[in-house]
Amino acid sequence: MNYAITRPEGTDPVEMRAVYGSLLADMAAKDERIVVLDADLMRANGTFDYRERFRDRWIDVGVAEANMVGVAAGLSTTGMIPFPATFTCFAARRTFDQFFISANYARQNVKLTGTDPGVAAAFNGGTHMSFEDIGLMRTIPGLYICEPSDPVSLRKLIPQITYRQGSSYLRLHRKAIAPIYSESEEFELGKGKVIVEGRDLTIIATGAIMVAEALKAAEALSARGVNATVVDMHTVKPIDEALVIDLAKKTGAILTCENHQVRNGLGSAVAEVLTEHAPVPQIRVGIKDEFGEVGTQEYLQQRFGLTADNLVAEAQKLMARKVQPVGA
Amino acid sequence: MTTDELRDLKRKAIEIRRLTIDEIAHLGIGHVGGSVSIVEILTILYYRHLRNNPGNPKDPMRDKFVMSKGHAGPALYAVLADRGFFPREMLHTLNQGGTSLPSHCDMNRTPGIDMTTGSLGQGLSAAVGIALGHRIQNLPGRVFSLIGDGDTNEGQTWEAAMSAAMYGLSNLIAFTDYNKMQIDGHIDDVMKTDHLADRWTSFGWFTQQIDGHDFEALDSAIQAALQEPNRPSMIIADTIKGRGVSFCEGDFKNHNMPITAELAKEAIAALDKEEEALV
Repeated sequence: MNYAITRPEGTDPVEMRAVYGSLLADMAAKDERIVVLDADLMRANGTFDYRERFRDRWIDVGVAEANMVGVAAGLSTTGMIPFPATFTCFAARRTFDQFFISANYARQNVKLTGTDPGVAAAFNGGTHMSFEDIGLMRTIPGLYICEPSDPVSLRKLIPQITYRQGSSYLRLHRKAIAPIYSESEEFELGKGKVIVEGRDLTIIATGAIMVAEALKAAEALSARGVNATVVDMHTVKPIDEALVIDLAKKTGAILTCENHQVRNGLGSAVAEVLTEHAPVPQIRVGIKDEFGEVGTQEYLQQRFGLTADNLVAEAQKLMARKVQPVGA
Repeated sequence: MTTDELRDLKRKAIEIRRLTIDEIAHLGIGHVGGSVSIVEILTILYYRHLRNNPGNPKDPMRDKFVMSKGHAGPALYAVLADRGFFPREMLHTLNQGGTSLPSHCDMNRTPGIDMTTGSLGQGLSAAVGIALGHRIQNLPGRVFSLIGDGDTNEGQTWEAAMSAAMYGLSNLIAFTDYNKMQIDGHIDDVMKTDHLADRWTSFGWFTQQIDGHDFEALDSAIQAALQEPNRPSMIIADTIKGRGVSFCEGDFKNHNMPITAELAKEAIAALDKEEEALV
């Protein structure tokens, strides 16, 4: 495979929440405007150490996510930069109106974080499994949506989210993830990151689970003589239109994959670009109009087709469509 | 409060009601009832207690006001125009395309509006956030907020109430416009709010209940709230929806209603008479 990035020095998994919490604390040490809000999930979301260091800039509202987002909006009006966090299911479904009106419609600067996206909710099961949060958030005008794939990109993207004026939604895989990138890699919010270059098709992935699976799939395809480009689309909104168009033209086929519904998530965002600017065959891998359920993450990835094996199978279907265009 | 001060406040309230009716009548329809029920609350805040400056509406040191019942924007716009935050002529642009005065309060469009509101239940949370922000940054501004009794149907209001008490936000003073009417009828027929003062007290707030059209009662309650060292304050203001507007006082259908030029004229004439009686 033809890597377009510098690979990491070590491959030991790192807890993403630890990166999140310690980075917020480091930024808060230099910037008095940073304030962290929790809704009774500080240990789950990795903000416990932050609390120990900045008790006066840490607010726990109890199990009241709607109020947390409203309070964050109020803090923002006073010039502070609030980071409220909860699980993705509550961040999107439960606080949608508060985030929509008090934070976004009011043009505030609320940095909402949702953790345990999609099947990462595992043993918390269907009630906690968000296959729709990107979809909901994507309908909020002007909102930035970011789902980093590894500890390095997370560390590089959070400061950009922090210092871009305007609200954002960080979709954070909080558990341990092996680094994909070396520390020297740079990332730009709103710009997809090409990890592997190949000319036969493009796999566009978002998030820790699917970028890793996409890389495994690219390896397997490469062994079969199919060379895939792999993109880490860490910013789902605004989508990197120029990159999608360029790769559609260069490779002629796009496979998207996401730990989310195929409706109104990454696949839809890419499809919108392709339809209007560069129509090429696309297959969207993701959840197909189903609710979540309980199980290990491994079981759930199998259950919903979020695996490298499935990506390889879908890539092969896509290649067949590419050589036999509709109507030919 | 001196007799002169009291008379001035009463006169100002009449003027704000006239401006509000004229503003809504110019459009032909609007949230009349819940706008005029709060006129005394707005008047005593904006002409006696709030430390803000129309020439510098974004001054970070100012007191802030969050209108949680965002649909009462028209009354607040009348006050802000009268205070000089923007020209009075702007009142006739209410709800017109491209206006700076939308029916529900918008901090990004209207000078003097401190928080965007309109989705009920959200204002008090924002006020809690502002009060926390002031405390964290050692800003002197007090935070005042006004919620409707319909607002108290929203669960989020009580989430905000818990958090304000938990954090001991003595820099937060809220009012309830307790006019006992909501869109579908009397609160007893829609959603009972019995023992409202007990509810706020039990949530940890310093709570007072007074006549919301009585300036002396309002002033005493605000003074007491400002002295409260450790808790947020709730002033439950017993009010009458449509108060002071001859054609709709006390009628629950006045939540959002048409006003013809004739009705406006009649109501303003009645207010003129009330003002003459003051002298």
